[in-house]
Amino acid sequence: MTKSSKNGLLIDYEYCTGCFSCTVACCQEHGWQAPLSGIKVMEIVQDLPKDKAYLTFLPFPTELCVLCAKRTRKGLDPACVKHCMANCLTYGNLRDLSCELEKKPRMVLWSPR
Amino acid sequence: MGKTTIVRTTTWSAGPGCHGGCGVLAHIKDNKLVKIEGDPAHPWNQGRLCARALAMTQYIDHHDRLKSPLKRVGKRGEDQFEEISWDEAFDIIEKRMKSIRDDFGPESMIFSMGTGRDIGPWICMLAYAFGSPNVMFALSGNACYSPRIAALDTVQGDYCVFDAAQWLPGRYDHPEYKVPECMIIWGYNISATCPDNLFGHWIIDLMKKGTKIITIDPRLSFFASRSKYWLQIRPGTDAALALGFLHVIIKEKLYDKNFLETFTDAPRLVRNDTGKLLRESDVVKRGSTDNFVVFDIQKNTFVIWNTLGQEYSIANTTPALTGNFKINLLNGKSISCVTAWDKFKESCEPYTPQKVEEITFVAAGDIEKAAKFYAGAKPAAIHWGVPIDMTPEITPLCHAIAALWALTGNLDVPGGNVFTRSAFNAVAYALPGAEGVIKLKDPAQDKPRIGKDEYGPFNQFIWRCQTDKVIEQIFSEKPYPVKGLWMQTCNPLSGIGLDPKLWQKALEKLDFIVGVDLFMTPSLRYADIILPAATFLEKDGVRSWWVPLQTINKAVTVKGCRPDVEINFELSKRFDPDFKWETIHDLFDEILKPSGMSFDELAKKGWALPPENHASRPYFRHEKGLLRSDGKPGFATPSGKFELYSTLREKWDLKPLPYFKEPPFTPVSRPDLFKDYPLILSTGRRSPAFFHAEHRNIPWLRTLDPDPVVEIHPDTASKNNISNGEWVVVENWMGKARFKAKVTKIIPRWMVMAAHGWWFPEKKDDPLFHTFESNINMLIPMNEQGKDGLGAPIKHLLCRIRKEKKGGGHDKI
Repeated sequence: MTKSSKNGLLIDYEYCTGCFSCTVACCQEHGWQAPLSGIKVMEIVQDLPKDKAYLTFLPFPTELCVLCAKRTRKGLDPACVKHCMANCLTYGNLRDLSCELEKKPRMVLWSPR
Repeated sequence: MGKTTIVRTTTWSAGPGCHGGCGVLAHIKDNKLVKIEGDPAHPWNQGRLCARALAMTQYIDHHDRLKSPLKRVGKRGEDQFEEISWDEAFDIIEKRMKSIRDDFGPESMIFSMGTGRDIGPWICMLAYAFGSPNVMFALSGNACYSPRIAALDTVQGDYCVFDAAQWLPGRYDHPEYKVPECMIIWGYNISATCPDNLFGHWIIDLMKKGTKIITIDPRLSFFASRSKYWLQIRPGTDAALALGFLHVIIKEKLYDKNFLETFTDAPRLVRNDTGKLLRESDVVKRGSTDNFVVFDIQKNTFVIWNTLGQEYSIANTTPALTGNFKINLLNGKSISCVTAWDKFKESCEPYTPQKVEEITFVAAGDIEKAAKFYAGAKPAAIHWGVPIDMTPEITPLCHAIAALWALTGNLDVPGGNVFTRSAFNAVAYALPGAEGVIKLKDPAQDKPRIGKDEYGPFNQFIWRCQTDKVIEQIFSEKPYPVKGLWMQTCNPLSGIGLDPKLWQKALEKLDFIVGVDLFMTPSLRYADIILPAATFLEKDGVRSWWVPLQTINKAVTVKGCRPDVEINFELSKRFDPDFKWETIHDLFDEILKPSGMSFDELAKKGWALPPENHASRPYFRHEKGLLRSDGKPGFATPSGKFELYSTLREKWDLKPLPYFKEPPFTPVSRPDLFKDYPLILSTGRRSPAFFHAEHRNIPWLRTLDPDPVVEIHPDTASKNNISNGEWVVVENWMGKARFKAKVTKIIPRWMVMAAHGWWFPEKKDDPLFHTFESNINMLIPMNEQGKDGLGAPIKHLLCRIRKEKKGGGHDKI
């Protein structure tokens, strides 16, 4: 299969616990001052029928994300991926990741600006 | 400019603040921390790291860090301090504390700490070198972890935790390990915490490997949303739910009969006349009170269980598990007896799913299905959180939960709940039931320990003083006056102290207070001398809490600050002319001795796991005879069995069977208060940004969770005319506090959850940093501990809420 010209992040939001490791790892790596960060975590309380709800956390890379170019050039994972406590972030080629996306529900694929 | 070096070390205490254990790589340049990362080679966190550890660069060089000892020159509670040298500080402390010791006795000094961190052993070391047995964990009812440990020590002889293969090289892939089919997550939320020396996200690893979850939580947590069964419990009714589970398991005969017969006290006879266990001394001349009696139906006679020999007095005894037996006592009286199993079943009998639904608000059908799923899953594990401790009747609750893992055959099996001891039995900090090298020189010095005589567990396993009794004694001065307080990384006015105004009065009354901390806190304002402590990156240390055995290795120094261990070591030498160790590394070496490694040897390895067939490594230790000091199979309980009918509780004149009692301030127990305060108030939900009262001054963390929030259901908010983000007052008969409303469906309509540990280090206009303003502990009383001195009603109070009139918010950090 041909590779995409771009890399991105596969975000498995089923297992994101909302721990914010990604957000602070990014701040440390890039020296962002609060409240700036290359990745934020959103808390989404989904309304479901019968007065039920479902709690989701979604790590969402911001306009500041450069996918840790300096790190990935050295073969390291981006700082958020490396430190994610739930191992729910995967860095890779967008085409490879889109294949992964088919294998498991409750994931989103993110491509950088 | 020097080059960057990488120091491999272990997190524990000041810094992330937590119970530690993560392997980290500290990148150091010119004696400065430039970056910290998770160590991918470390078996514990496998490269992962939490927000608080990742924010260490902002913590370690923070402009507000204390960097010189301070002496109070104004009144207590004011901000009048002047800098002094370390020598002068030590000299003043030595002089003042020795004068208290000379005039009132060593026990008149209390040595206080916050939650379980690296300071524990060193506070004990200092207190014991000084001669005081009064080491205090400053939470009312000692209601964090110690109660659970003591409760399990009581009924099963050892503590246990869920098994995530943390003892095994290679972790989950080790051939001995089995992934649990089911895990009950009982009152615990993951986003932030690694409680009780476990890495929280191990549970996520297991979920990915197929573990199905049962969540017991009033809030819709991460786990609740992803559970096979979510039991939305009314806070404080956990024991009723556990008894309901046991009811179903017993009724459906889902228990492990072999375990019941072999490893529990089920067949022991209990007297119907007194409700006490029948002892050999009741039926045999010169019989021992330590030996028990069973009935063998085939031989139609009673048989003695010899506790010392861990065997029946007659070989091939088949004791009856149930039945009514006539026994003739030595005194000629004839009595009827039933078995402990009969009594235990009788305790569970009333708790039908329907009855439990009425008490707990959990649907009867869900209770039944969840109980059957747990009992049928092989293996299954339970992970419980601190809400278990935070109720006055904590021991009967733990007893019921312990019976769940025991009777379903999940105790010390791979993927179940496994016994846990300090790795290699190298004990630095003696948790309940443990004994390490740091101890009082003379056991007689333990006599005046506060609460020891009043409460059984404090006499048997818990080596701390009982916190509520200490505060009481500060005011009553009976049986002896308390004159001084050593307060080390402990901030009772903001975090750990319930009823903080009472703590304030207590601090005002004392003659001499030493505070050791990293930043100025509201509580430190009451200290006479303040000593600036160091983060985990600035010290050497050992971590011997469960597994692995680890060293903490110094990576940097921050000028002016000293590690807790060095501070306490220096003073220990001054207080005790016969102090045992020359250097800190001598002390570490002795702590590590059972592992066969010195500090330097272990530091080179980084961490070590106990070898196979070591008592501190699973599995099946009760079968292998690894738990008891006599090497016989069984448990480290007084009778050698898992006790369904607790001999220690009987000795302490407490009910020996599990039970549920409605906590003191609920809609059921206090309908009078409920009229005015119609919402259940719970507190203590964890934040990923903070460790209790810490980290409000770290910008990367504060921005994640900027305000003290109270979670309110949309319907409850609308009923009270409150919108999301508005400031509200939460109040009850004890006091009030202000919070920002977070209107959310994750909380039930009948409850609110208020964040804890709030003060405002950025608000320097008040010497106490507005610590009483948004402090939920203002609404929580002290002195509500259970009959064994343990537990506090922290998760289930009553309150009302109203919109605050004036504007609010916090200033910039």
